Amino acid sequence: MSSPTSSTLEKEHLSHHAHVHDHDDHEESFVSKYIFSMDHKVISRQFLITAVVMAVVAMTMSIIFRLQLAWPGEKFAFINAVLGDKWGKDGILDPNMYLALVTIHGTIMVFFVLTGGLSGTFSNLLIPYQIGARDMASGFLNMLSYWFFFLSSVIMLASCFIQDGPASAGWTIYPPLSALPEAIPGSKLGMTLWLVSMAIFIVSSLLGSLNYIITIINMRTKGMKMTRMPLTIWAFLVTAILGVLSFPVLFSCALLLIFDRSFHTSFYLSDIYIGGRPLDNVGGSPILFEHLFWFLGHPEVYIVLLPALGMASEIIATNSRKPIFGYRAMIGSILAIGFLSFIVWGHHMYMTGMNPFLGSVFVFTTLLIAIPSAVKAFNFITTMWKGNIQYTPAMMFAIGLVASFISGGVTGIILADSTLDINVHDTYFVVAHFHIVMGLSAIFGMFAGVYHWFPKLFLRMMNKKLGYIHFWLTTLTAYGVFFPMHFLGLAGVPRRYYTNSNFPMFDNLVDINEIVTICAIVGALAQGVFLFNFFYSIFRGEKSPQNPWKANSLEWTTPMAHLHGNWPNELPEVHRWAYDYSKPGYEKDYVPQTVPLADGEEDGGEH
Amino acid sequence: MNLLVLLAIVLLIIAGHQLLRVIELSRGLKKTKEWQVTDSDNDMMGKAMLMFMFVFFAFFFWQVNRWNDRALPPAASEHGAKIDALFDANVYLITFVFLVTNFFLFWFAYKYRGNSQNKAVYYPHNNKIEMLWTVVPAVALTFIIIFGLKYWNEITAESNDANKVVIELYAKQFDWTARFAGKDGKLGETDFRQISSTNSVGMDTSDVVGFDDILVKNEIHIPVGREIELHMRSRDVIHSAYLPHFRAQMNCVPGMVTFFRFKPTKTTAEMRKDPYVVQLMAGINKQRATENKEPVEFDYTLLCNKICGASHYNMQMNVVVDTEADYNAWMQKQKAVKTVASK
Repeated sequence: MSSPTSSTLEKEHLSHHAHVHDHDDHEESFVSKYIFSMDHKVISRQFLITAVVMAVVAMTMSIIFRLQLAWPGEKFAFINAVLGDKWGKDGILDPNMYLALVTIHGTIMVFFVLTGGLSGTFSNLLIPYQIGARDMASGFLNMLSYWFFFLSSVIMLASCFIQDGPASAGWTIYPPLSALPEAIPGSKLGMTLWLVSMAIFIVSSLLGSLNYIITIINMRTKGMKMTRMPLTIWAFLVTAILGVLSFPVLFSCALLLIFDRSFHTSFYLSDIYIGGRPLDNVGGSPILFEHLFWFLGHPEVYIVLLPALGMASEIIATNSRKPIFGYRAMIGSILAIGFLSFIVWGHHMYMTGMNPFLGSVFVFTTLLIAIPSAVKAFNFITTMWKGNIQYTPAMMFAIGLVASFISGGVTGIILADSTLDINVHDTYFVVAHFHIVMGLSAIFGMFAGVYHWFPKLFLRMMNKKLGYIHFWLTTLTAYGVFFPMHFLGLAGVPRRYYTNSNFPMFDNLVDINEIVTICAIVGALAQGVFLFNFFYSIFRGEKSPQNPWKANSLEWTTPMAHLHGNWPNELPEVHRWAYDYSKPGYEKDYVPQTVPLADGEEDGGEH
Repeated sequence: MNLLVLLAIVLLIIAGHQLLRVIELSRGLKKTKEWQVTDSDNDMMGKAMLMFMFVFFAFFFWQVNRWNDRALPPAASEHGAKIDALFDANVYLITFVFLVTNFFLFWFAYKYRGNSQNKAVYYPHNNKIEMLWTVVPAVALTFIIIFGLKYWNEITAESNDANKVVIELYAKQFDWTARFAGKDGKLGETDFRQISSTNSVGMDTSDVVGFDDILVKNEIHIPVGREIELHMRSRDVIHSAYLPHFRAQMNCVPGMVTFFRFKPTKTTAEMRKDPYVVQLMAGINKQRATENKEPVEFDYTLLCNKICGASHYNMQMNVVVDTEADYNAWMQKQKAVKTVASK
């Protein structure tokens, strides 16, 4: 399907370059170059900058509700300034708005920052570059993917400015709460906009994922066997497959909810009495919604994590100046995680009234996923063993990722165990677990990627010292935010409580909540260091040389310029895997993939 | 005032701009670029990584030391004691893994910090070692799965205790109603269409089995040492009946009935004398004193643990565990539905 495209593209370029050498070969208008661009590099930057904006919004929301949780009833001019008199009267957060903020914070972080932002930015940037392709299989679909993402972001943000407030049933939007406008104001227009936004988001995600899969399978350059691909590409490939298989299920799940909300069907509703009258709906079940939702929801965790882990593999190997340890095992564990992620969704539902026997099956499959995860962590650590570690800011964040992946991952063993889940289900223990293992790891991976590939994104370098400061402030405060939450969970504090002060049993936890909030505020301010560094470096950072990190993969074999078609002349030919760092027999400590194998030399990816 | 602030901001921006100009100009004079990682960077960051490990572990132990005695008291139910034991075993195991793997990560980060004189060792794979760390977690997980499922099956098995107390927990925005099965030990049928101001839980008024059922709000009493079988229903949205002290939880889902059963092992009075609970309540009352609130005594509590609307954070019911005699005395004072309805 795409090979004709790629070969025409190839011909076009070859003929072009026969005539023109020194000029940029396309005269393009501003609109087609920077706005409705079909160039993967521009689309990647569009995704990144949109995600940065969304992340700032979601982070600000978290600061507002953290203020409320640490000092309930206290008046904050900040809250009044941001939310106005309706939702923040006298500087006190409205309980419905609290739930709305929690909901939108989760939605934006999970979908818009860590799915759209992470995959959108780095799959787009790195897939053509690292497999040696001129562009994506379909530049047009790729462009549509971004603009659907943009549209869904705008709708999601716009939903925060309507009269009844945005969706507020939690990011998991369980019906009937999300289906009944009588139950909560957020389930009026806000929920409709949430569903519309997510439906468009799913379209964007599917267009992107299909493109990634087709590009990786069909458009690898000569010599780029599957077993020579960098692990980033393996991770993006499996991520895209997970997306294609699971997002349509979320779409159907959302569609049925739209039907229930707007067309009086009863897929999820039965036996409800609300607003002083019994509803007509009979025969539906909220459990059906939960199954459909988590059939996406759990693969989604790995859609968020795998790209981060893939990029960490690349960054850790490059900066340890060592091959990634156990390349084949790493591929195997990516595939195993991808497969298992489809048969573990029920572990979110042990306490929902789902048949306990079904719960047992999910205990088994869920705990299995710990094995490939452990293999990945051990392989990262062994890659650093006897390395010659270069502390770029990207490397620091990659190490931070491994630490949070371990530290948050181990508590998953408790939550996966249905017996133990009984008492920590839906408490702050869960909040701590997924923020560390998914939130922190993925955002650390994203930061690592931005610092590492900034030269390919914007042709300039980010400031290293500011990168160090950003890393340390972020790491220290992040654990200050999320680690204490385990102890709140062990004390039985449920999540999504507007305040804990209505239960005397939680009165002795005030200082824990204060520590969490203070760390959150400092951590949020620390992101200012990143934002400054990011935007300043885009315009005024130092110019980057062609291969600043002395890396092997193909993106560093082309000049530091945004060339249409990526390589000025012919596409590079690949002769070896991407991880020949410090290989005996070579003077330099890196051997780019384009260097032919010497006589009798073995390719590292072959075993 | 506003003008001054504005002026200060403008000056700050100008000062910042000038500073950046100076930095940018001085860039060209330097041999190593700012972004290049030097040996001294590597040395400093490598050491910082190790230092971070100590800070990280110290923070972990500080928290355990300071907050461990604020966790829920030891389980007050039969199956809860097993959950606690399994939980502890798991926590020791994962703490060990957490400490050891993080130690290696940060130790290597420090030990192998880069130096331009060094070269890394080319070491792409080792099948034996990889097999080892696939098998070891697999074996550990096998034990976790076996114990977890054994207890899970016991906890969720159907009850055949003839002496059990059957109670329905009925959730709605934003309170709980308990319905005791009464003398016949059976709950009457329900029909959500019959809900009215005099029939708040929607009992089917034509079902005689329900006539002796007993409705209770705000506080329920249950007997110690007898099996309690909870039936859960919801009127409007999903709620979750969470009884943390008994290690009991189950969602209340509109359109269906869910179940959870447990056997309380300590009365409220006994819990209040438990040394752990005494120190826990001392901590709570100390904090309450600073906020000028009345001191409180320990009580078992039922909470809602599934987001259900604006007052989700305040959906509670007191649970009192009595001796058999006290429970019977309390029960004598409760009135059956039929009498309530005929009033």
